[in-house]
Amino acid sequence: MTEAYIYDAIRTPRGKGKKDGALHEVTAVKLSADVLNGIADRNNLEDTSQIEDVIWGNVTQVGEQGACLARSAVLYSDLDERVPGVSVNRFCASGLEAVNMAANQVRGGAGNAYIAGGVESMSRVPMGMDGGAIAVDPYLAMKAYFVPQGISSDIIATKYGFSRDMCDEYAVESHRRAVAATAAGHFDKSRVAVNDQNGLEISRVDEQIREGTNMQGLGSLNPSFKAMGEVMPGFDAVALMKYPELERINHVHHAGNSSAISDGAAAVLIGNKEFGEANGLKPRARIKSTAKIGTDPTIMLTGPVPVTEKILAQTGMNINDIDLFEVNEAFASVVLRFQTYFNVDRDKLNVNGGAIAMGHPLGATGAMILGTLLDEMERDDKETGLATLCIGSGMGAATIIERV
Amino acid sequence: MADFQYDVDADGIATITWDVPNKSMNVLNIEASQELEALVDKVLADDAVKGAVITSGKADFAGGMDLNVIAKMKEMAGDNPAKGLFDGIMGFHQMTRKIERAGMDAKTNKGGKPIAAALPGTALGIGFEIPLACHRIFAADNPKAKIGLPEILVGIFPGAGGTTRISRKLDMMTGSPVLMNGKLSDPQAAKRLGLIDEVVPADELLSSAKEWVKNATDADIVKPWDQKGFKMPGGAPYHPAGFMNYVGASAMIHGKTQGVYPAARAMLSAIYEGAQVPFDTAIKIEARWFTNVLMNPSSSAMIKTIFTNKTALEKGAVRPEGVADMSVKKVGVMGAGMMGAGIAFVSAKVGIDVVLVDRDQEACDRGLASVTDILDQGIKRKKVTEEKKAEILSHINATPDYDALKGCDLIVEAVFEDPAIKATVTKAVEEQLEPSAIFATNTSTLPITELAKASRDDTRFIGIHFFSPVHKMNLVEIIKGANTGPEAVAKALDFVRQIKKTPIVVNDERFFYANRCILPYVNEGITMLAEGVEPALIENAAKLLGMPLGPLQLADEVSIDLSVKIVKATQAALGDDYKGTNAEEILFKLFDEDRMGRKNGAGFYAYDEKGKRTGIWEGLRENWPVSDEQPDLAQVQHRLAMQQVLEAVRSFEDGVLEDIREGDVGAILGWGFMPWSGGPFSWLDIIGADKAVEICDDLTEKFGERFTTPALLRELSKNGETFYGRFGPEAKADAA
Repeated sequence: MTEAYIYDAIRTPRGKGKKDGALHEVTAVKLSADVLNGIADRNNLEDTSQIEDVIWGNVTQVGEQGACLARSAVLYSDLDERVPGVSVNRFCASGLEAVNMAANQVRGGAGNAYIAGGVESMSRVPMGMDGGAIAVDPYLAMKAYFVPQGISSDIIATKYGFSRDMCDEYAVESHRRAVAATAAGHFDKSRVAVNDQNGLEISRVDEQIREGTNMQGLGSLNPSFKAMGEVMPGFDAVALMKYPELERINHVHHAGNSSAISDGAAAVLIGNKEFGEANGLKPRARIKSTAKIGTDPTIMLTGPVPVTEKILAQTGMNINDIDLFEVNEAFASVVLRFQTYFNVDRDKLNVNGGAIAMGHPLGATGAMILGTLLDEMERDDKETGLATLCIGSGMGAATIIERV
Repeated sequence: MADFQYDVDADGIATITWDVPNKSMNVLNIEASQELEALVDKVLADDAVKGAVITSGKADFAGGMDLNVIAKMKEMAGDNPAKGLFDGIMGFHQMTRKIERAGMDAKTNKGGKPIAAALPGTALGIGFEIPLACHRIFAADNPKAKIGLPEILVGIFPGAGGTTRISRKLDMMTGSPVLMNGKLSDPQAAKRLGLIDEVVPADELLSSAKEWVKNATDADIVKPWDQKGFKMPGGAPYHPAGFMNYVGASAMIHGKTQGVYPAARAMLSAIYEGAQVPFDTAIKIEARWFTNVLMNPSSSAMIKTIFTNKTALEKGAVRPEGVADMSVKKVGVMGAGMMGAGIAFVSAKVGIDVVLVDRDQEACDRGLASVTDILDQGIKRKKVTEEKKAEILSHINATPDYDALKGCDLIVEAVFEDPAIKATVTKAVEEQLEPSAIFATNTSTLPITELAKASRDDTRFIGIHFFSPVHKMNLVEIIKGANTGPEAVAKALDFVRQIKKTPIVVNDERFFYANRCILPYVNEGITMLAEGVEPALIENAAKLLGMPLGPLQLADEVSIDLSVKIVKATQAALGDDYKGTNAEEILFKLFDEDRMGRKNGAGFYAYDEKGKRTGIWEGLRENWPVSDEQPDLAQVQHRLAMQQVLEAVRSFEDGVLEDIREGDVGAILGWGFMPWSGGPFSWLDIIGADKAVEICDDLTEKFGERFTTPALLRELSKNGETFYGRFGPEAKADAA
């Protein structure tokens, strides 16, 4: 079988996904085009028509992110117009799913090279603006025991015994690591500044990392999902129907130990061996395996565990064969569940911090953490890494990469 | 004979008067719907007629649909009952839509004839859905009238356009009590809610409606939803304003119904899907979901038990034949405690004279004070007026003087649950009574046959078991002693009918029927606790069955000391035959630690200082550790359900229950048994005897002989029969 390699990976800074965020002024299509141009330029791809397709993760596909943003991004960019584009939505793992699809197309012989990645401007196209039957259609909402993600994260905490303090400690550490990683320049290799049309810099830093985040500070925050759980409209009752062994849901998550709303884009250049040879590029890693899975939609966010078991099984590996992990920090309990289930050493897990500190631009994050993983593997001379994300409506996605 | 009269006045306004012959209340069936449609056609076709008023020839407008129609519709399309139902429902839609569109041009909305509804009184179900199709609804200012759509309460939903029209008339917050809770309103409240348009004095009802018809313009008769640019009030599902309402509604309905009531779910789907399409498509969607609900065995079971059979029992289905009316004129209530006061209240409320007797005036006054309390609560909630309170109290003579009992035709004795005290009271009271009087004892545990021994005439002695609190609980269990005669039974039934409650008649056996079935449920829950089952799982599993209270919470409500007393009494009564259970150790331990349940703020649950439950008592998990291996939900549910259901089957097998309808109605009204199932016998019919036997055999193997499959159930399984197929009223009628 043809191997799929990662030739490069870049990302924008993760901007605060609010009206006062640094990237709020930048359209989602420009953010996308910036990283498409960025990765093509950095790798001196003179003839971009060799790119078979742009596979672009994006969750809220309405407004400026609607009408196949992927194709719009290609047309906005300097890529050859013969490069098509397809938007994909696997919620929070869209960016990783785009990479996995590209890798599997390469492995299957459908084209030599792809740019995969994704974008989300959550400040400009707010989450949920695309509606969605699962929460609204009564038949489906009841059949699936729908509860919002925040409630799901609290179900995980309750069911597996993660206290508010454990979640807060996790969040404090995420910030500490992100601060240290930034200071040490760990993000400099892949993170590219966003500039305006005149070449003036708009943003270069992950602006949400807070130095000095501590337990006292987090302790003062009110739980975010208590009211919707216990009062209006009472999602806890639905959660308990699915998890009747629980007496009540402990609402431990808040703005400080959950991933922040964020803006950003990321791109990964994927190709076969011939592509690298033809363009004088050296592969940075081999995409060893990809996996996705469906899980219970109510607890929703436990997918990283079964999808990791699946990907390990299909590669004949065990958890100790993995040197480094990136598990998206959607909520503290998601990572704590992964860590305790596999008994993974915290020193191998999200070593540069994660979405709790930096933010989670939905469609881009999967591609971003894969790039962060690869950078760290190179920096620390590790062989094998695994990236995984929990996904809305109960799914999980994972990718294992190996340095070559 | 026609159900509707038709005449046209000098102004050219037709009056369509609904007046079903030989019935006190109008109900709609298929033929009547067609008849009404034909009259609407006549109005529309006759150039001399300007418009019409639809009204009633009775005190009320209509009580709803004749529920036999459902069975009829199911047969209308041969072996495809869903098609029969769908087509039948669409027939109702065609009729109401004809009223609503009234001949107007589809594009211009012009040229229609105004049709008003004039409601003299109550208008329920389809009896309100027809007015909803009219262009203006007038109601007489009749505070006794009830207006609304109570379908959800019997397991269906408003399926003749009511769901679609209300969800287009009112935003979800306003409409939800009407549709989701079946809330009924008097005319003034209905107008405030926006359900009807005008409330007028009764003698001006028809003239007001006609006056409106006379002056109505084209614009007056076009419904908002038939106009261009109509927007759903409160926002459609994917409109930013409506989005959260729909998300919230699903969650709320799901949590509240615990997923076991198909009608609420289907109605919400009809609203959601209907909100996104034009009206005519929306009613088709409504009809599809309504068909779906009517095809669901839970709905048929609920209608059968909560409507048909409950009504039949209230109307005397099991009353002994040939006994003349035994209505109570003067009742003596012995004992002015909580039960006695409650019984006095419900009797006085319907105008029966009550003598409320206790050992001294102070005790009598306390009883009277509790009656006053109930009435004052009613006044606070605007359900009772000061005049009504005075009138009710005037019927009660609270006195320690036994002489006052002279002339009572019924005694309800509700003194302390002690056979010796009861015997003394029985003898003393009977000295005051005519020989024809009936003596009833209100007991929940003592055998009637034994108590009857104190009576001078055990044929006129009977048990009447009220549930607490008397003014809220609608079931009354009538218990026949070994020698109780038909007149005593008739008397008890007539009394229960007078006080507007629902009776079941059972034979005398330990704990009668309701308590006999509920005690094993509580025990099973506590037994599981002893086995190491997580207490939350026990409680939640019960709620997911549709039980109002989990077994542990129920134990707290009943009180631990009462449970311990019952265990000890049962031990004493059964002697060597008594089989101990794991549950007892826990009950005794709680008792020893003075955790008596809700009443002293400590039991299986912990309570705060205001008496509010704060959670399962932590000590439970400390004393009876939760196992690492937990049973699956279905097994916990089977155990909790079967302990009640098997006891019901055994009650029927050993003759305590004589009629399965009473078993089902009694279970739902008496202890809130899984109402969606239609009761224990209906539930067994839904899952089928084969499946029931399989469950019981499995549970017997795992948990012991309390789950032993009753011979009758095994027989039904072998013969491929159902309870209602073999023992239902139709089967009985066929046999007779």
